[in-house]
Amino acid sequence: MTLLGLSISELGRRLRSREVSARELALEALDRIARLDPAVGAFLRTTEELAMAQAEAADRWLAADPQGAPPLCGIPVAHKDVLCTSGVETTAGSRILEGFVPPYDATVVARMAAAGAVVVGKLNCDEFAMGSSNENSAYQATVNPWDHTRVPGGSSGGSAAAVAARLACATLGSDTGGSIRLPASFCGVVGVKPSYGRVSRYGLIAFASSLDQVGPLTKTVEDSQLVLSAIAGADPHDSTATTEPVGDLAAALHQGVQGLRLGVPREYLAAGVGAGVREVLDQACQRLEREGAELVEVSLPSTEYALAAYYVIAPAEVSSNLARMDGVRFGRGEPAATSLVEAYESARHRGFGPEVRRRIALGTYVLSSGYYDAYYLRAQKVRTLVAQDFARVFQQVDALVSPTAPTAAFLLGERVADPLAMYATDALTLPANLAGLAGISVPAGFAEGLPVGVQVLGPYLGEAVCLRVAAAVEALSDLWHQAPPGTDG
Amino acid sequence: MAELEPVIGLEVHAQLLTKSKMFCGCRAEYLGLPPNSNTCPTCLGLPGALPVINRAAVEMTIRTALALACRIPEFSKFDRKNYFYPDLPKGYQISQFDLPLSLAGQLEFEVDGQRRACGITRVHLEEDAGTLHHAGEIHTSNFSLVDLNRAGVPLMEVVGEPDLRSPREAPQYLRALRQLLIYLGVNDGNMEQGSLRCDANVSLRPRGQREMGVKVEVKNMNSFRSLEAALTYEVGRQTDLIQRGMTIVQETRGWSELEQATVSQRGKEEAQDYRYFPEPDLPPLKVGRELVEQLKAGLPEPPMRLRDRLLDQYEISAEQVLVLTERPQDAAYFEAVVAAGAPPRAAANWQAGPLQALCKAARVEVERCSISAGELADLVRMVEAGEVSGSTARELLAEAFESGASPAALVTERGLAQVSDAAQMDAWVDDALRQLPKAAADFQAGAERALGPLVGAIRKASGNRANPDLAARLLRERLARPGE
Ligand SMILES: [Zn+2]
Repeated sequence: MTLLGLSISELGRRLRSREVSARELALEALDRIARLDPAVGAFLRTTEELAMAQAEAADRWLAADPQGAPPLCGIPVAHKDVLCTSGVETTAGSRILEGFVPPYDATVVARMAAAGAVVVGKLNCDEFAMGSSNENSAYQATVNPWDHTRVPGGSSGGSAAAVAARLACATLGSDTGGSIRLPASFCGVVGVKPSYGRVSRYGLIAFASSLDQVGPLTKTVEDSQLVLSAIAGADPHDSTATTEPVGDLAAALHQGVQGLRLGVPREYLAAGVGAGVREVLDQACQRLEREGAELVEVSLPSTEYALAAYYVIAPAEVSSNLARMDGVRFGRGEPAATSLVEAYESARHRGFGPEVRRRIALGTYVLSSGYYDAYYLRAQKVRTLVAQDFARVFQQVDALVSPTAPTAAFLLGERVADPLAMYATDALTLPANLAGLAGISVPAGFAEGLPVGVQVLGPYLGEAVCLRVAAAVEALSDLWHQAPPGTDG
Repeated sequence: MAELEPVIGLEVHAQLLTKSKMFCGCRAEYLGLPPNSNTCPTCLGLPGALPVINRAAVEMTIRTALALACRIPEFSKFDRKNYFYPDLPKGYQISQFDLPLSLAGQLEFEVDGQRRACGITRVHLEEDAGTLHHAGEIHTSNFSLVDLNRAGVPLMEVVGEPDLRSPREAPQYLRALRQLLIYLGVNDGNMEQGSLRCDANVSLRPRGQREMGVKVEVKNMNSFRSLEAALTYEVGRQTDLIQRGMTIVQETRGWSELEQATVSQRGKEEAQDYRYFPEPDLPPLKVGRELVEQLKAGLPEPPMRLRDRLLDQYEISAEQVLVLTERPQDAAYFEAVVAAGAPPRAAANWQAGPLQALCKAARVEVERCSISAGELADLVRMVEAGEVSGSTARELLAEAFESGASPAALVTERGLAQVSDAAQMDAWVDDALRQLPKAAADFQAGAERALGPLVGAIRKASGNRANPDLAARLLRERLARPGE
């Protein structure tokens, strides 16, 4: 078995006892990427030089202070390409940012580096994180390591596939409407969407600023907790990052679910949820009950409006966030353009893919004078209702349990021509973004040979209870050792 | 047709004198730096970078709003104003739309000695854009070069109500506002360099009518003179159109210094839809009552009230008050000179006259010059007491201004104290009458002018130390009694 199939805590033990070096781990990751990734397509680029420099520094740290070195010291990781990495090209999966080398690190990237993690590369994603299948990347389509004819989910598809295929021990993704949890479910890994403001967004190329959160994708719940603890917390560069203390998240992992009240939202089991997915959820619920949790059905009545509200608010913010890509600094307009408007239009038409253009058009429309009240303002009201639903339910239960996605991974190309079907993929994940809640997708079983995740949602800043329930689901299903076929060599 | 009445409102943008930019740590002072050197990921608008509110800029805006008697709501927020232009790196400007930092105040100003008040709609905060550079004119240049050193500099907007009724009022309103901003230390008042900018909304309506006419926005006026000229032109243009039965088109016009006319820049159909929405990168701003009270307590005396007080408290003329309240530091210096024992009127003359001339020539503010208020007071007192002549005092002031010495000390040091001693004066009078017998005779014959050369002779003989008033009096006495 590859060393990259081990948990971070086990690797940490071996690094500290000098059974393995950070350099060896980095080389193994880079070797596996070279051998396996051509078929998976998770990486947009590898960062050999950076990785070797960071690995050597990690080895020195581990040698000098084995017990004091942080848990992530020497661990090979990779970042979704929406995170700015100083000196390393960052494209957000878009042509328009081709060649953009940020002069600064995202806060999360800097925190991972400060924790001794070793960056082996940048990961593919849907263009500007807009998509649920990774098929909107301008560069390549990542495939699902469990079945190369299927999508890995999106938009953090590269991040999920890289962990599933054991090409990195942990990756960072971003979640605006499910972009961490959905691919985590499709690829059989753990993915955490922290509460809005729990993790700094500084250096995260914005999709929808009021919904975006950075979070980890890993093989195990504990691994996710280690990464989350390293990146969470206040940041003077991000005014929307909360100054509430993060607390001891590790303690939550071993508390079990005895005495917890868990809600299953009725609306999340409505039509569209596949039988296989439903079965995985039912089994997980039965196991949780056997462990002492009380499961109750709850209702989140505004759920049916959440998708529509999301597809007003997110595109509105997109239309503004992406305005800076105008051909002046980013993208190149038609050299023969004869007016400023023509230069803008050509640069943006050439630089953006169809889904991004669609959302810019949508967002521009809903913010237009005369339409603002009917769309944007109404959507914000729905958003408030969605948040109120959750707030009411969290007075009765400690956490919610649901499917992460209505189905397992779908076929490549299956939903490309049908944007509405693609949007519906996120129906069960995006309400948590609208409400700013904590959420995790944890592998819980298989449906027709494909991984299926269970989503655990907690209240605002309820990362601990999510980790606690997810750890129980993980322990009860005991699947995390299973690697996709062909990746365990 | 009824007489037409101009309705004018001004929108003033003022760069704030903060240390750093509005949303990042770059310097707010951007002039004279190499292009794009005063930048960071945030003000360059790089993907992923985020804004952080500059607290000092918020406080300066609240102070200004309080000085304009505005209401400060407890909640305020920033919004994005979306439009494309190469000097706007993010493709939107962070500004304030429906919940500005302040609302509903007023500004007092004077027109031809009459007090007027103009309503202030709001004072809000936003960020400045970068600057574009061309080879020659923008329309003929082959390129545009973008410099983002200015991008993100805090910009405060003071929106005035359309309460002005003639182009003459506009520069007076702007002067009063400019002075207030300078008093508050929030803006340097430099219109030429664009740290203070003014746009105007102009419409006409029949006198007595309540409804507004069609509004034209006039831009690009960068002096008081061009503001008045542009508004005079625009009011004339609109009057002419209406009198010829034509309609006014809602549009934006720019003042052309070259043509001395306003020129259409953008029609209504080309008007931008800014698609304002709340800035999601910044949490709403809560303005605590304690902060407002604290800022209110720290406000300086407003110029108008200071003028009233000086006029009331000291026996000085309105013109002198105007000069002495140009800046709060001027008034403070004046009051310090008076407090140190100088008679107010003389103190005002000396400060506004010789001392200010010296300061202007040396490009130094009075409070920073080498003559302290106490030193000026000593000198003024000596002149007033007749201990030193005015001309000597002026020379010594100039010398002391250069060298940093005390002018009063120079008087003693050089024995330049004015002589009023009777015996010495009599001797000088005798000499003068001997030297200029014709002048003496002329004076006695009734030629008043002939006294001048005689006083001059005494001044010369005394090395400028003879008290000229005393000399004149003695001469008159002597020449009225011939033969004695
Ligand atoms: Zn900056």
